[in-house]
Amino acid sequence: MSISGLFLLVVAAIIGWWLFARQLTAKPWEQKQSEADDQYGGGASLALGPARAGLWLFLGVITAFFGLFMSAYRMRMMVPDWSPLAEPSLLWLNTVMLILSSAAFQWTRGAADHGDAGRVKAGLGAAGLFALAFLAGQLLAWQQLNASGQYLTSNPAIAFFYLLTGLHGLHLLGGLSVWGRTTARMWRGGSPLGDIRLSVELCTVYWHYLLLVWLALFGLLLIT
Amino acid sequence: MAYVAIADRDVHPHDPQTFFTRYIWSQDHKVIAIQYSLTAILVGLVALVLSGMMRLQLGFPNSFSFIDPSNYLQFVTMHGMIMVIYLLTALFLGGFGNYLIPLMVGARDMVFPYLNMLSYWVYLLAVIVLMVGFFVPGGPTGAGWTLYPPQAILPGTAGAGGGIILMLVSLGIFIVAFTMGGLNYVTTVLQARCRGMTFMRMPLSVWGIFMATVLGLLAFPALLVSAIMMTLDSTLGTSFFMPALVSMGEPLDYKGGSPVLFQHLFWFFGHPEVYIVALPAFGIVSDLLSVHARKNIFGYRMMVWAILAIGGLSFVVWAHHMYVSGMDPYFGFFFATTTLIIAVPTAIKVYNWVLTLWHGDIHLRTPMLFAIGFIFTFIHGGLTGLFLGNVTVDLPLSDTYFVVAHFHMVMGVSPILVVFGAIYHWYPKITGRMLNETLGKVHFWLTFLGVYAVYLPMHYLGILGVPRRYFAMGDTNFIPESAQSLNASITVSALIVGVVQVVFIFNLVWSLFKGPKAGPNPWGATTLEWQTPDTPPSHGNWGPHLPVVYRWAYDYSVPGAKQDFIPQNQPGDPALTAGRDHGIKG
Repeated sequence: MSISGLFLLVVAAIIGWWLFARQLTAKPWEQKQSEADDQYGGGASLALGPARAGLWLFLGVITAFFGLFMSAYRMRMMVPDWSPLAEPSLLWLNTVMLILSSAAFQWTRGAADHGDAGRVKAGLGAAGLFALAFLAGQLLAWQQLNASGQYLTSNPAIAFFYLLTGLHGLHLLGGLSVWGRTTARMWRGGSPLGDIRLSVELCTVYWHYLLLVWLALFGLLLIT
Repeated sequence: MAYVAIADRDVHPHDPQTFFTRYIWSQDHKVIAIQYSLTAILVGLVALVLSGMMRLQLGFPNSFSFIDPSNYLQFVTMHGMIMVIYLLTALFLGGFGNYLIPLMVGARDMVFPYLNMLSYWVYLLAVIVLMVGFFVPGGPTGAGWTLYPPQAILPGTAGAGGGIILMLVSLGIFIVAFTMGGLNYVTTVLQARCRGMTFMRMPLSVWGIFMATVLGLLAFPALLVSAIMMTLDSTLGTSFFMPALVSMGEPLDYKGGSPVLFQHLFWFFGHPEVYIVALPAFGIVSDLLSVHARKNIFGYRMMVWAILAIGGLSFVVWAHHMYVSGMDPYFGFFFATTTLIIAVPTAIKVYNWVLTLWHGDIHLRTPMLFAIGFIFTFIHGGLTGLFLGNVTVDLPLSDTYFVVAHFHMVMGVSPILVVFGAIYHWYPKITGRMLNETLGKVHFWLTFLGVYAVYLPMHYLGILGVPRRYFAMGDTNFIPESAQSLNASITVSALIVGVVQVVFIFNLVWSLFKGPKAGPNPWGATTLEWQTPDTPPSHGNWGPHLPVVYRWAYDYSVPGAKQDFIPQNQPGDPALTAGRDHGIKG
């Protein structure tokens, strides 16, 4: 629970700080404050559009989700029947694939900012391929474990390994569906690059985030 | 930020054309709110009937052949889960949150209308999956609404084969639906408020719903995590929660799992869940009291801070539900302390509600009756919470009817009274017609007095030591004969309260056609939803121009003003505002 507790503290601190900056102490019934409030123009309070704000909030929800799994992992470790897992070395290669995928998205985002349609296409293709390679690698790692007789029910560490990698993979699949729609729109042409740019940017943020989640999960698996 | 961009974007970006797009596959937050509310109320009625069946058995043991120990526990389980999650959470956030947020902050709709629509349909799917549990072999799960392993998935428990899986899957689907809705509510409050609507000018209803949604977004993942792991334990034989055990003389394949781990995860969700239900009720009741007492809410800033403080603290009290599971005494001490601390902001809110009534021009209309009724039931439920927050008091009382009485008063009856008050209050805006006052008053008094007749005696039963969850008491020395008479009386009261709800349902339907026409603002309220150009508000809410807000939400009985309320979107008048500065303080 300590990880989740820490996460929630951080969230609370950010919300608290941000609300404080928003003058949570204002007295809205006073004339002076009322005149100041009249200057507020409406619309975005965060300097982000709704889509970006929505994505960041969603990342917060996923953080709670994986954070709680990691807490559960650590609490389950305390029970005596725990035996550590020997991670397949293939995971290192997979990690490289995911890093490359993330980097490709970053590169694509730069290309979209410059309005370079050709490079956006190439970048999207590369990012998707690396992501698919990562997923294929994860499946292969599952097979290796299975082949060596380490099943879901063999011991809790292996069960957690299947569960955490599976859920992370599912999140990546969700990202890939957005990637697929963006890529299709790009190849069909017709939609201006400005529209594509937001999708590419959101994908990039999401990919970096999933990379971070993977590094945290992989790290947890390695040190235990 | 450029304000013009939002105001003058196309007014009806997805103007509905056909019956289907207008009422079924609607992306309008108001229609979605009504869909959510009707579904929640319908499934809530199922849960009400289930509670009637439980009471029949408890009041008149073994007189009914259709209630056996297994399905008694199934009724308990389904009643609890439906009421807490599928009724209250869905109704407050999916129903009132959807209806009120865009109208109260001056937006045309939620920021992601399509996602909002999807949220409702996924919620409906969750409800359907849950209801399918009644029709599978073995019936729904009888594990208790907390679904504690190992018993939840062992063959001795009703519904261990199919019912529990359907329950877990349904919860998972519900959480997906809630996340889609919740992201919408939070983003809309953050990013789509109209001009002049600063945070501290928002009505407390929006604050309550906003904070509750934030809690939900952070707490529901804990339930999802535990549901996923329990599903795997149940179907694939992993041992996340299941310890090594012997069932019917046969050792099972499970080994080493930790049931207490489940309890931590469940209550890490479960306690914030109490406030996911309570905070919207707090916010809404504040607005009802202020409008019908014709007085500004007392201590507005303190109310906002209290909502935030309660939200934060609600994440560090969860283990007070687990005192009886055994824990390090220091651990128990910590959670007892935080539990008592959370009473401080809560008590501040109660004082402020009472002080709002002080010297107010109180109009005892039906919504106000329910709001004041809430103050009574909430104080009672809250005070028994202080008893149970202490480890040494909780241990003997934990498995008795005292706990049943406590949580029904504080998170059953109290939020439901607010729900009723809120429906009587906003029905004129939603439908354009008033509800019948006489029927409303009959509904209120019978419900209010009835719930006291039900739950006050339960405290006494609990102190006697009558255990909860039992199908029948059997022969026990410490329970006197009179306890059974009391149980019969509780059952009769509960059935009366249940039947009285027919008056309410009848009122809802009858007034839809025969109720007197309501004006745009029948209560003389200041908040934006009462200032819409059409009643009920049309698609897009505001006509060609978004409203502009010039004042906070509580300008009631301002000295020198022509009326006893000044709408939020009425421009400032120096003569009025001068009076305001010297007249009332918040």
